[in-house]
Amino acid sequence: MARLTVAEALRQAIKEEMRRDENVYCIGEDIGIPGGWGGAFTVTLGLEKEFPDRIINTPISEAGFFGIALGSSLKGLRPIVDVQYGDFLFCAMDQIANQIAKLRYMSGGKLKTPIVIRAPVGFTGRGAQHSQMMEPFFLCLPGIKIITPATAYDSKGLLKSAVRDDNPVIIFEHKLLYGAKGARSEAGSIDASSEIPEEEYTIPIGKGIIRREGTDVTVIATLLMMHKACEAAEILAREGISIEVIDPRSLVPFDWELVRKSIEKTGRVVIVEESPRRGGIGAEIAATIAEEMIDFLIAPIKRVAAPDTPAPFSPALEKFYVPSIEKIMTAVREVISLSS
Amino acid sequence: MDIETDKLLEFYRKMVLIREFEERVKFLFLEGIMPGTIHQYQGQEACAVGVCSALKKGDVITTTHRPHGHCIAMGMDIKEMMAELFGRITGCCRGKGGSMHMGDIEKGVVPAIAIVGGGIPVATGLGLAFKMKKQNYVAVCFMGDGATNEGTFHESLNMASIWNLPVVYVVENNFYGASTHVSLVMKVERISERASAYRMPGITIDGNDVLEVYSRSLELVERARAGNGPALLELLTYRITGHSRRDPALYQPQEEKKKAIENEPIKRFTKYLISLGISEATLEQIKDKVRIEIEEAVKFAMDSPYPSPEDTLKDIFV
Repeated sequence: MARLTVAEALRQAIKEEMRRDENVYCIGEDIGIPGGWGGAFTVTLGLEKEFPDRIINTPISEAGFFGIALGSSLKGLRPIVDVQYGDFLFCAMDQIANQIAKLRYMSGGKLKTPIVIRAPVGFTGRGAQHSQMMEPFFLCLPGIKIITPATAYDSKGLLKSAVRDDNPVIIFEHKLLYGAKGARSEAGSIDASSEIPEEEYTIPIGKGIIRREGTDVTVIATLLMMHKACEAAEILAREGISIEVIDPRSLVPFDWELVRKSIEKTGRVVIVEESPRRGGIGAEIAATIAEEMIDFLIAPIKRVAAPDTPAPFSPALEKFYVPSIEKIMTAVREVISLSS
Repeated sequence: MDIETDKLLEFYRKMVLIREFEERVKFLFLEGIMPGTIHQYQGQEACAVGVCSALKKGDVITTTHRPHGHCIAMGMDIKEMMAELFGRITGCCRGKGGSMHMGDIEKGVVPAIAIVGGGIPVATGLGLAFKMKKQNYVAVCFMGDGATNEGTFHESLNMASIWNLPVVYVVENNFYGASTHVSLVMKVERISERASAYRMPGITIDGNDVLEVYSRSLELVERARAGNGPALLELLTYRITGHSRRDPALYQPQEEKKKAIENEPIKRFTKYLISLGISEATLEQIKDKVRIEIEEAVKFAMDSPYPSPEDTLKDIFV
């Protein structure tokens, strides 16, 4: 066992998968330049030494290299495509939404497109174009799986599953959870490191996890928000409120069974997300709960989300923008007070 | 270049097959029997046949929203193509692709990518795979003149060049991006000039001369196969039908259209074959056979069942 950060766990997963299968390769900007950073957040740092031909540094041409990844996947390669910031996925959106997500379907199921897309997300003092939570833009896009690991253990296990999956998978990694060191460290980071077993393991895509058991309110949250939900639960426990924190870990497919079992027990649900409320993940989860699990509910569903604005720069504004532990606690207290 | 008679007749057969297929499809569409929308290839047959005849088994192409000619030139089954146009389960994409997404990877055709410029990086990625896996294949990327104004064109040619990938980019310049004349949207006189920005060969040739297209394609494809990198081949041609569906192409000047019809590739190649001493009867015989083949394809398609509604939910994930 060794304690690894998220960035280290992801790097270990990539290294192991590249050793296991020579068809796995990485492609992206600045991912393996000696003296560079190993991608924007050190995940691929040093891998070019072991795999000089399989760490491919690209020009700044996102649409181009996403399409290249797709083309190469049709001939048996298994690309891991890296964007420095999730926001840049928009530059490649035609390739992702029109080609990568649809080619298998358009072929009548005759093609396989095993592609992993790695994208850092999260509000970190960078303003409107280097911060966005990108999940909602992909949640409504059939044909791509979405994973959102919040710990180092999950990061390694889920990334390895993604590389072995024959479908396109996007992994959203949170900038404040990486634990990146040196010049690439982030102010305000949260420790998401884990003890990583020596022996190999994977985590199935589509299986959520209960991070904290409780009986009064189910709180559903991913990535950074999962950590904040756990902190809120800790504080509320002192008030005698028992929170069950569910980390879905995958958004597509989604572990509805885990949510159902929890709501059956608690009858109350709060969904926390870091992205703007309108059309967000919370909207989708809430709608499905309302359609299919309403009989279990004894209180209205609450969402905690960012406002429907771009992300502001000023720390004073960002603090208001990103859902806080206090806002989570307020929502929990509200659903309890509104219970029938 | 000396080409044996059998091969010349095969070029002829394929060009006629494309033309007759497209004319039949146009009729079925205008009759209201065929669903969807279509972008047709009449007038550009020498491009598809000339280029694809230069490829070997294992080579791959990407095509566009106007894919029927490329699919036929690569040897796809026209029964499966016709069934796809009719949205039947026996279609090459089991009814999920339609005209704009036709393909058959077994025949070296990636399902057509109908976003202008969308297929250019995909072809480049196929080239990357061949290089990384040390396979001796070539990827050919078909595109229209309009696609060369897309960012993906420039991004892809740049990467193919810096990585020396076995990709041949084929621009079929039919002078119109939908209804807009090429002179309104670019300053260069030859699209092939754009190759110089990426330090690869750029050649412009008569795209209605199937033998010229074949021999120059062979040269560039074999150059790429030998590890000497990508190239850009511009083929000057003309679309003698509308952009899509019922487009009467009023933006094409009458005089220009008339000239284009005189210059269309099948008429020209027929004259050439006759000058070699091949009889008109031989050519007519080929045409008759092609027509029978097409009628069989139509019958096959119309007799085939539709997919079941539940099939909608299949093929999304492996």
